[in-house]
Amino acid sequence: GPGLSLSLSLSLSLSLSLSLSLSLSLSLSDPQQLVGVVGLEVHAQINSNTKLFSGSSVRFSAPPNSLVSPFDASLPGTLPVLNKRCVEAAVMTALALNCTINKKSLFDRKHYFYADLPAGYQITQQRRPIAVDGTLTYSILGGKKRSQVIRRTSTIKQIQLEQDSGKSLHDDLRSQTLIDLNRAGVGLMELVMEPDMSCGEEAAAAVRELQLILQALGTCQANMSEGQLRVDANVSVHKPGEPLGVRTEVKNINSVRFLSRAIDYEIQRHIQVLQRGGTVQNETRAFDSKSGETIPMRDKEGLQDYRFMPEPNLPPLIVYEDNASLPTGIDACQAVVVQEIRAGLPELPSIKRDRLVQTYGILPEHSFTLVNEDGLVEYFEAVLKATTKEPRKVIGWVTNELVGHLKQRDMSVSQSPISPSALAELLERQESGHISSSVAKQVFQEMWRSPGKTASQIIQEQDLGLVSDATQLHSICQKVVDSHPVEVHAIRNGNKKVLNKLMGLVQKETKGRADPVLVRAILQEKTS
Amino acid sequence: MLGLTIREVSAALREGRISPTELCRKCLNRIKRTRHLNAYIAVTEELALKQAGEAEARLLRGAPKGPLDGIPFAVKDNFCTENIKTTCASRMLKDYTPPYTATVVQKLLNQGAILMGKTNMDEFAMGAGSTDGAFGPVRNPWSYAAPYRERTGAAPDSDWVVTGGSSGGSAAAVASLTSYLALGSDTGGSTRNPGALCGVVALKPTYGLLSRHGLIPLVNSMDVPGIMTRSVSDAAIVLGILQGQDTRDSTTTAAPSSLTELPEHFDVKNICVGIPQEYHAPGLSEETLAQWSRVADMFERAGARVKRVSLPHTQHSIVCYHVLCHAEVASNMARFDGLEYGHRSEEDSSTEAMYASSRHEGFNDVVRGRILSGNYFLLKQNSEHYFVKAQRVRRLIAEDFKRAFGSGVDVLLTPTTLADAARYSDFTQEDNRTRSAQEDVFTQPVNMAGLPAVSVPTALSSRGLPIGLQLIGPALQDKKLLGVAQWIEQRVGFPSITGAIKHMQDGSFDSFIIRHCPCEIEMRPVLCFMTC
Repeated sequence: GPGLSLSLSLSLSLSLSLSLSLSLSLSLSDPQQLVGVVGLEVHAQINSNTKLFSGSSVRFSAPPNSLVSPFDASLPGTLPVLNKRCVEAAVMTALALNCTINKKSLFDRKHYFYADLPAGYQITQQRRPIAVDGTLTYSILGGKKRSQVIRRTSTIKQIQLEQDSGKSLHDDLRSQTLIDLNRAGVGLMELVMEPDMSCGEEAAAAVRELQLILQALGTCQANMSEGQLRVDANVSVHKPGEPLGVRTEVKNINSVRFLSRAIDYEIQRHIQVLQRGGTVQNETRAFDSKSGETIPMRDKEGLQDYRFMPEPNLPPLIVYEDNASLPTGIDACQAVVVQEIRAGLPELPSIKRDRLVQTYGILPEHSFTLVNEDGLVEYFEAVLKATTKEPRKVIGWVTNELVGHLKQRDMSVSQSPISPSALAELLERQESGHISSSVAKQVFQEMWRSPGKTASQIIQEQDLGLVSDATQLHSICQKVVDSHPVEVHAIRNGNKKVLNKLMGLVQKETKGRADPVLVRAILQEKTS
Repeated sequence: MLGLTIREVSAALREGRISPTELCRKCLNRIKRTRHLNAYIAVTEELALKQAGEAEARLLRGAPKGPLDGIPFAVKDNFCTENIKTTCASRMLKDYTPPYTATVVQKLLNQGAILMGKTNMDEFAMGAGSTDGAFGPVRNPWSYAAPYRERTGAAPDSDWVVTGGSSGGSAAAVASLTSYLALGSDTGGSTRNPGALCGVVALKPTYGLLSRHGLIPLVNSMDVPGIMTRSVSDAAIVLGILQGQDTRDSTTTAAPSSLTELPEHFDVKNICVGIPQEYHAPGLSEETLAQWSRVADMFERAGARVKRVSLPHTQHSIVCYHVLCHAEVASNMARFDGLEYGHRSEEDSSTEAMYASSRHEGFNDVVRGRILSGNYFLLKQNSEHYFVKAQRVRRLIAEDFKRAFGSGVDVLLTPTTLADAARYSDFTQEDNRTRSAQEDVFTQPVNMAGLPAVSVPTALSSRGLPIGLQLIGPALQDKKLLGVAQWIEQRVGFPSITGAIKHMQDGSFDSFIIRHCPCEIEMRPVLCFMTC
């Protein structure tokens, strides 16, 4: 019949394409087997009051050119003076990322002409950066329900201190470029990561973890939309085991979500170019968040020769392991001491998650949600303090109800209209059997809508308390039993599951307020 | 009065023999009468008189700020001065007024010294003649003094000689008696070279001893503010005031001692003077060589140990100096794009075109040439071959000096320049690069090694022009170096120009007297005209 011939032709075409792809892979490129390779370059603006080499203040969205010292504007004769706070922030970040600290590092000049780079060069650390050879461990969620936590580790090649540039604003209409030097000279930590990731999701998870680490350290506010954290992705594709393909650099990515999309788009684009028999151009591309595509940038870097040269105005940067290794005559408050910084490291997110899982017996994926939202761990722990309810039963309220409501309205934890103690009170009412779990959810929504009202007030006002009056429940149950003879018959014949249906009907009658333990007992009695 | 040293005029001010305002006016008049020297780019007359008035009030109260209170000084126009134009003798900064003052200038102002003006130079200090600036060449005051006129029969308008450079304006200011001290900058000899050719004491301190904050750089790793005075003891006074760590310059070091006064009598019996054989270089004039031997003999006769030493890498120094200099120049000049400050071209077709024509219009050929070659040396494929190699040779040169000083030598005695000053018409026969290579040959190794060195005027040549000798010391031994320099100064009997230097158009020559006359020194025949 036709069915048979159809399946036959299908299998034929399948085997054909299979042999085709086999022969392709034997010759040059099998697009099916190409995989993405992703390396990140992260510029993290150091959270410090003043710039890397000058005393100008650092502030986001200050009036243009209001935070500019003679040095920042590269006035001739001015010299860089290194900001100790920036060095300490870099060392602290490096320690948190398991780097080796270079006790002696050097500054270099990287030259290029651009309107927002007043000196014509950027001071960076090309030859010998402050830290090398670290790791960033992050996790992605896998498995069918995406509830399996899979750990990954990326290598950090180096962390270098360098200056930020100013900002150019192009006014195409009047063909003018306006320059704002407020950002010029702000301290950056550039983290160069090895190309050891394979897709946007991994990169996004790595950057999210990095954000959490930097925020925990306080070394960078790490807000991507404000440009405190800027991520460029180097993307290429290759067949596993073979050399990496030509890479492109994707810039202009201002959120973790866009990072993931930009990388995946770029990987697919490379694969398609190769599939068509084309070659990937080594170029810099910008991510357009509206179209979700990457587009070639008017290449300011082109074939740049940066003409690196040692920065002659800054002696080598020396950091000391401990106070004992300080040479005599060095003012201790002028020295950066690694051990002191190590001693001051706060709890890092991965440690915090392990602690939460162990202490409260919650699931690892819940620990991710808790740590990901700023202030949520504190919120969770505050609720626990005020309730006898088990942490495992509280976690859902926090990670689902609370976070769900916050996300819907794009709010932060600190903006929640329901305080930890108010939520605890609600949970107490449920735990003590005062209200059912479905009513509790109802009350939660009411609390969200009317900030300031307590759970008890709402329960009382709306008469939501549990009905545990035996006589009243008896009569409701009797009504249900009488009107459902078929179900009663099934139960009596041994199908005990049907009892749940009757229970549901009783709850419907009472709008979910009936005491479930009592109702079950009554129904069992009436159907036995 | 104008021919005195700082020490002498300071005493005169305190004793009330002259007031700061009178002194200031005298210097201002002198500046006007010597305008033809082109020593100053800007004269800050109004400010000077105001400062003089303030100094006068302090002196009247009997509360001077220090030995420099009320003393006129001049500053090379590559030191930033707040609200006073700072041009680097370049079109690029023709109208540039900095919003801050260089540390070394501020220190002098804080002492009550009176700023007379900003002095002329080679554009961005790139040159060795003070002939390559946007405001024209500086003329050596000795061109108009009797010895040169009488000995050479030179024509007043055409045969003037150059000051050397690049701090020629500062040297001319001190030599022509319009300022008692002047700041120069010394990258490869830019203070010592004009100091020698203009017959003034010129100190290049140890690298890092004086702050560079506010000095518009030529080569950051070699630049040092230089001090020009009429006596070694004056240089010591100024060094004592200027030296020390500056939080705004991370390359500065704390001064080893608070340098106050030099001992009047320095005993050279226990010192060892090294004579580096490599400085017996081609092109060294017989007269300069004769002065070199003469002073070496003086040391020997006074009981010092004088020994020949070798600085084997000297011959490679000048070419490596040029590679490093041009590379840093290329980098330092990158900021002059006409955006934030400086000359901006009318060209506005694109940002790049505006950069290109601003820089083309703003810089002279010398600066543009160095930027071009410096960028070439720094290119990825060239850096190892030129820049890195030159850095390695720089280390070898520093080690040469270290070895010499490690072998018991206290100071090295060398010529400062190959010969006395050239006529402008002869000097400009060669291009800037050739001249720089010739003129800096004895001075730039010291900058490569970061050491202190001082040029001391020693004698007048047969043409009636100054010859200077250079003393080089180990790092941070500036005070000892000056002690030895003073010992030479006390014995060579170098004459000072006093009396009026008349305007060249007068056609009359200046009177010329001899200040120091140490009769115990036996003089060589060639110099007998200036001994008693």
